[in-house]
Amino acid sequence: MNIEGVKISEILERYPAKPEYLIFLLQDIQKQYGFISSETMEQICDRTGVPLTQAYSVATFYQSFRLEPKGEHEIKVCLGTACHLKGGPRIVNELERRLGVKAGETTSDMKFTFDTVNCLGACAIAPVIVIDEEYHPNMTAQKLEKQIKTLGQDMTEVSEVLGHA
Amino acid sequence: MPKENVAIKSENWRLNSHKDLNDLQKDIIESRDPNRLEVVVCHGTGCIANGSPKVSSAIRESLLGAGINVKLMPGIKTTGCHGFCSRGPLVIVRPHGFFYQRVTPKDAEEIVKKTLMEKQPVERLLYKNPKTGKTILTEKEIPFYSLQERIVLHNIGKVDPTDIKDSIASGGYQALAKALCSMSPEQVVKEVEKSGLRGRGGAGFPTGRKWRSALKAIEKKGYPAYVVVNGDEGDPGAFMDRTIMEGDPHAVLEGLIIGAYAIGAKQGYLYVRAEYPLAIKHLEIAMEQAREYGLLGENILNTGFSFDARINRGAGAFVCGESTALFTSIEGKAGNPRPKYVRSVEEGLWGKPTVLNNVETWANIPLVIEKGADWYSKIGVPKSTGTKVFSLVGKVNNVGLVEVPMGIPLVKIIEDIGGGVIGGENFKAVQTGGPSGGCIPYSLKDTPVDFDSLTKVGSMMGSGGMIVMDKHDCVVDIGRYFLRFLEEESCGKCIPCRLGLIRMRKILDGFSSGTGTKQDIDDLISLSQALQDGALCALGSSAPNPILTTLKYFNNEYLSHIENHKCPAGVCKELITYSINADKCTGCRSCARQCPKQCISGDKKKPHVINTENCIRCGICMETCKFEAVIVS
Ligand SMILES: Cc1cc2nc3c(=O)[nH]c(=O)nc-3n(C[C@H](O)[C@H](O)[C@H](O)COP(=O)(O)O)c2cc1C
Ligand code: SF4
Ligand code: FES
Ligand code: FES
Repeated sequence: MNIEGVKISEILERYPAKPEYLIFLLQDIQKQYGFISSETMEQICDRTGVPLTQAYSVATFYQSFRLEPKGEHEIKVCLGTACHLKGGPRIVNELERRLGVKAGETTSDMKFTFDTVNCLGACAIAPVIVIDEEYHPNMTAQKLEKQIKTLGQDMTEVSEVLGHA
Repeated sequence: MPKENVAIKSENWRLNSHKDLNDLQKDIIESRDPNRLEVVVCHGTGCIANGSPKVSSAIRESLLGAGINVKLMPGIKTTGCHGFCSRGPLVIVRPHGFFYQRVTPKDAEEIVKKTLMEKQPVERLLYKNPKTGKTILTEKEIPFYSLQERIVLHNIGKVDPTDIKDSIASGGYQALAKALCSMSPEQVVKEVEKSGLRGRGGAGFPTGRKWRSALKAIEKKGYPAYVVVNGDEGDPGAFMDRTIMEGDPHAVLEGLIIGAYAIGAKQGYLYVRAEYPLAIKHLEIAMEQAREYGLLGENILNTGFSFDARINRGAGAFVCGESTALFTSIEGKAGNPRPKYVRSVEEGLWGKPTVLNNVETWANIPLVIEKGADWYSKIGVPKSTGTKVFSLVGKVNNVGLVEVPMGIPLVKIIEDIGGGVIGGENFKAVQTGGPSGGCIPYSLKDTPVDFDSLTKVGSMMGSGGMIVMDKHDCVVDIGRYFLRFLEEESCGKCIPCRLGLIRMRKILDGFSSGTGTKQDIDDLISLSQALQDGALCALGSSAPNPILTTLKYFNNEYLSHIENHKCPAGVCKELITYSINADKCTGCRSCARQCPKQCISGDKKKPHVINTENCIRCGICMETCKFEAVIVS
């Protein structure tokens, strides 16, 4: 695999070939490819000498690892304590309703992956959501509707352009 | 980021003594013009989220467009969180110290013209004391700041965290030089013991005593030994450690190196939560710069002492904040806690003696060493010395990061520093200690905020989350929130925790849906007992705290859910109904447009009604209405 110019072997060689670097590798691979495929997992295990089952048990123990590809847009809703008190759960419900998926899942058209996180350190503007790394303060159902619509439109524009190309 | 354009003679050379460090500090300070204008823009998470990067670029553009002589060009500095997040984006102009709040990119031109060129404040951006209506010119005079005691946070908001020179200029690494060049490891440990410093990560274990036990373990088992920073910050309502790591990474590093010297460790680890990429980046930069200057790595300050450290990114598991789980995670495995028949100081990372301290604890060490235990222990109260940083959040006016001396009455933090509850009523409860802590009611508002007093009222200091709740917040709901959080985060290794948490949460689910009974309360209490006694780690054993404190202080609210099927705070969905106050409704239709169930009807410009049969009580109408016409009962 060779995405965005970084070869998987390059990542594998970043760290000494020891079991203690398993988590480092999982993180770097995920950062590069968005998820950890079964082939890369095998390569990681070859490199670190960690048995495959153990690597999977580590990957599933930690919430940040994904074994499935991510959608094109990532929406994270903060459910830290401050955001919880200020309406975070309402945003989660709305998103679940609008996207038709539960937290942690990706829409079937692979457009959106939606997940919840704990305190983002921006409690002053709770409830907060993060769309593709960009923070959106004082979120309401109304604002959410707009955001999703814009993203949806972006996507149609992009696919139109691609379609015409 | 434009660095100040000063040629420091010691650029690129290693510091080989305390004197070298002092010379460098002097050089840096002297090379700076104290009258040079500097615009400090907060790039803490809160301000960034509020658009501060756009503010700094707008100011930069305005400056370029203003045709100022390059030599007189004001500097722009971006720093970590200044603490007053609810007023962000914040901009401070030095040396005057004008404090501008809620700055937008549109204000950039006026700041440049009026303040930077004409040296006048921009009145409308200044902070206005809501109580007196008086406009305040500088940070120092704002009650939010003037009532705090910012010693750990003293650099944050002043220094550029990515420039070691800035830290050195403001006294960074002085404590390290002092320790390495003129104190023995034993003297360092003694000083920490004498300071009375207790761990800021939750349990408040005396730091000096921990270091002493490590020395004893090393005596028995020999080296290697390790020092570790706990930057996992799992409390879901807190961001103190993040701010310290992002805003003053050198302080954490300096503390860690001093600790390594004290116990003779050669290798250290910083375990940082994965969700904190900026903290990781700033720590990495800090470590690299410290190595360049001979403050980290081989032969530090030419004293013969060598020590290096590396960062481990967490991977999203709350339980990894627990010491033994954290160690297994650093070892590359799933972070399961282990029984602590042998304490983790003796058998820590790789089974070796290990000192694990919290980020804020480490950041306190340079203060203790540089200013001395006598100075340090005078701050706070005898059994809880020093200060504590809190993230003050929730229904309080001044949301942000505050640092106060230990022992300060709770009400002072909430009312005087925090500016009281939004809307002006008394707070209902203050939640401290996160999922392991409890809810302190208004009647205990004078409780001194220190380790022992908070434990006495059934809560705990925890890592420093302080969540202010008002009458619209339900204690059953907050209990459910924490239980659900812990249920998801439990590693599942022991039964009381794995099953007990689910059972307890289900009981609370029952309360919030109106199917609970009084017997359930007794069950909750006995389940709590089982968890406290039987859980392997503190995740499980402290999990009942939020429930037990609310049962104790807000019993009536539980009873109201159970007996009257009412949620007095109007939160528990199944016990509430939404309706529209016809006197206030203007018939603007905005709620009707938003309602996902389309159960709001009415003619335009006439009062609307909610069809309660289809209503799913999502609360969107209430959130949407600008006229407060939607009521919950
Ligand atoms: C479930 C659990 C989570 C914890 N999370 C953290 C954390 O995020 N940060 C932290 O510093 N300590 C955390 N602790 C406390 C640590 O186990 C340990 O006591 C602390 O890091 C020691 O440092 P200190 O003495 O400086 O406080 C946690 C404990 C438990 C049981
Ligand atoms: S108390 Fe809970 S989190 Fe701690 S070891 Fe037991 S199951 Fe795991
Ligand atoms: S709780 Fe959401 S940002 Fe802090
Ligand atoms: S992030 Fe700017 S004040 Fe907190």
